Amino acid sequence: MTALETAQKRYPEVWRRRSARASVVGWLWAAAIACAAAWSVSALDIEWVFFADAHEQAIDLARRMWPPRWSYLPVIVKPLIETIHIATLGTLIGLVFSVPLAFLAARNTTLNGFTWAIGRALLVASRSVNTVIWGLVFVAIFGPGPVAGICAVAARSVGFLAKLVAEAIEEADRGRVEAIEATGAATSQVYLVGILPQVMPVLIGTTIYRWDINVRESSVLGFVGAGGIGLYLYASINQFAWQQVLVVLAAILVIVIASEAVSAYIRARIS
Amino acid sequence: MSTAAAYPTTWRPPALFGSRMRQRLALFGLAAYLAWSVSDLNVDVARMLAGFPRALDMLARMIPPDFTRWELLTTGMVESVQMALAATLAGLVLSIPLGIAAARNLAPRPVYLAARGFIVLGRTLHEVIIAIFFVKLFGFGPAAGLLTLAFASGIFLGKMLAEDIENVRSGPVEAVRATGAGFGQTVVYSIVPQVLARTVGVVIYRLDANVRHSTVIGIVGAGGIGQTLSASFSRYDYDFALAILLSIIALVALGEWFSDWVRRKLR
Amino acid sequence: MDILAAAGARPGQRPGMRPLLSIENLTKVYPSGQRALDGVSFAVGQPEVVAIIGSSGAGKSTLIRCINRLVEPTSGQVRLGDRDIVGMPRRELRAARRRIGMIFQEFNLVERLTVMENLLSGRLGSVGFFAALLRRFPPSDISGAYALLDRVGLAGYQDSRVDALSGGQRQRVGIARALMQNPDLLLVDEPTASLDPKTARQIMRLIRELATERRKPALVNIHDVALAQSFADRVIGLKSGRVAFDGPPAALSAATLTEIYGAEDWSQTIRPAGDEAETPS
Repeated sequence: MTALETAQKRYPEVWRRRSARASVVGWLWAAAIACAAAWSVSALDIEWVFFADAHEQAIDLARRMWPPRWSYLPVIVKPLIETIHIATLGTLIGLVFSVPLAFLAARNTTLNGFTWAIGRALLVASRSVNTVIWGLVFVAIFGPGPVAGICAVAARSVGFLAKLVAEAIEEADRGRVEAIEATGAATSQVYLVGILPQVMPVLIGTTIYRWDINVRESSVLGFVGAGGIGLYLYASINQFAWQQVLVVLAAILVIVIASEAVSAYIRARIS
Repeated sequence: MSTAAAYPTTWRPPALFGSRMRQRLALFGLAAYLAWSVSDLNVDVARMLAGFPRALDMLARMIPPDFTRWELLTTGMVESVQMALAATLAGLVLSIPLGIAAARNLAPRPVYLAARGFIVLGRTLHEVIIAIFFVKLFGFGPAAGLLTLAFASGIFLGKMLAEDIENVRSGPVEAVRATGAGFGQTVVYSIVPQVLARTVGVVIYRLDANVRHSTVIGIVGAGGIGQTLSASFSRYDYDFALAILLSIIALVALGEWFSDWVRRKLR
Repeated sequence: MDILAAAGARPGQRPGMRPLLSIENLTKVYPSGQRALDGVSFAVGQPEVVAIIGSSGAGKSTLIRCINRLVEPTSGQVRLGDRDIVGMPRRELRAARRRIGMIFQEFNLVERLTVMENLLSGRLGSVGFFAALLRRFPPSDISGAYALLDRVGLAGYQDSRVDALSGGQRQRVGIARALMQNPDLLLVDEPTASLDPKTARQIMRLIRELATERRKPALVNIHDVALAQSFADRVIGLKSGRVAFDGPPAALSAATLTEIYGAEDWSQTIRPAGDEAETPS
């Protein structure tokens, strides 16, 4: 349209991004969220009185933690190493079990609808329960100690790894799989040569990622008796030995940050 | 005329880590580590083997799950959901300034470094540890749990937001700045639309994760179903414990399905 | 050497009147030591379409961005009307930017927003923060947006999301957005680089028509010399950050192009003076 034509026309002066109906829906969502927030806060039994002096308590606590009792450090070196063992072994065991579970839970590699459902159910169960809760369960079975911790880490990691690998399997290139099938290979060989190599990068990257998370989780498994540095942290807190607590926290900080750095480095090298 | 060249008769695939040597070293290292760690752990094999009949015994006691105390169960679950909901919203509010401060392309360098440092610190500490401190300050019960989850959510959402902001396409931002818009307007008009969809998805994901996390912090007395669960274990009420576990699994799975659905609709 | 230059007057300057845009000794040195602009000077004294040509790295993009300080110049002056933009504090700079409309090579639209919202972003400089948040713009802006959509040939597209449009359509939105500011100057950075040849000509024609209608100057970065010759009133050639040529398109000779770009068979590129205007399509 030319400038002359547009100059002579009349144009609307109002514009709405959403139609009236969409606006109403948007407001309803906002109201629903606000109501949910109000309900959740009001229904919780919160002692608002504590908020008054909490900051004083916090400062008091901080003061009691200083200076850190470095003499406690030699005591916790061994538990720290144990924590890393728990994380590493647990991740490895989880990895071993996650591969078959992933194949079971992927629509294109599972045997039938029933096995797929079982695979999915195991995935969900493993992932919905936190490592520490699994720790509770395994401590009840195996008694306190690192074995319970390793099983707990493995139990949580299996589902985490298997879900991501199952997704990768489902997205695997059909063409490559067909090519192997066309040579007359057995199903297991098809999986081994056709699918597994495609899934490898995801698998390794995710395992390293999970290992680094597991180091963090393992640091508190001791709270439920499943080994590692958590026990010493718990004991120090119960004894009100705040200067020791600071040392333990600092040690945990170091191993978690170190494991994150290692994990990021290896994953960058792989991709 | 030359004779036909002789071709090699063997072939090995290229190694994963760059050279055969390095791959062998990696595998050897792995085996050595396994050997060392297992011996280092002082595993009492006898006790472990003794664990299996105990496991079966526990399994027998767990089944069938005991749902008769469902009021207690429901109270705990509802408390967990309330904590998760309030904490996610509080975390979202906290994450907005934190995320903006931790975005390299928006914040001045010292602010950026401070925010990133804060995020690293917050992420390193497990929520159980944070819960203990909040319990110390606010007493047992859901208040401490709410604050713990809000803090952890704020850190998580702040980190995600910062990463989204850093991945924003700079062209539209430059264009909006070129019209003479101020900082706030530029953020609202060119950055928010680009990060909004993914942010909502991440918030919903965190809501579901918070339900899961609320179970753990209950162990140290921060309220929610975790406290109920921990109590049942210490009282050897394994059938009730299984009932609680199944309920947690069901709720978290439901939440995850809901979260996936919302994220798909937003795409 | 050109007679006008020898007399000391700058090309494009109306004698006796203050130039609309005046660039004096503009220099930009990057931290790496690279001299992107080295003492660039020229003035635009009347509403005309000025094409800026030069090889990649000659400083075209830097020049355009130094004018509205999306890139900070190292030294020199940029005068829009009577104020020097280079020395301005942030507040005044924002006011100055409101008077400059910019059109980008990659369109730089906010893809998840609708066409109308992208157009209205041209008015952000004139509304407050909350107006921007709630998308509450004055009625005159809205009707102005509709009029511009009509003018650039996108009537009815106001509610479409930008990522549903083609390249040529997106560039029209970009042009309309720049014009929403009612600018005193148009800066155009390679508007046709991402477009097919036919669409490129349509866009260049549109830009030229709009600049002429509104009687405002336009600086257009363009790498396609033929397009520059067809649609510009004046051509400035940059080489290594310096002005190597400043004159009418008809004066572009093979020798000049060689100086700007390097040796090449220029017979296909240049339109000798006296050629008919391109046929309407």
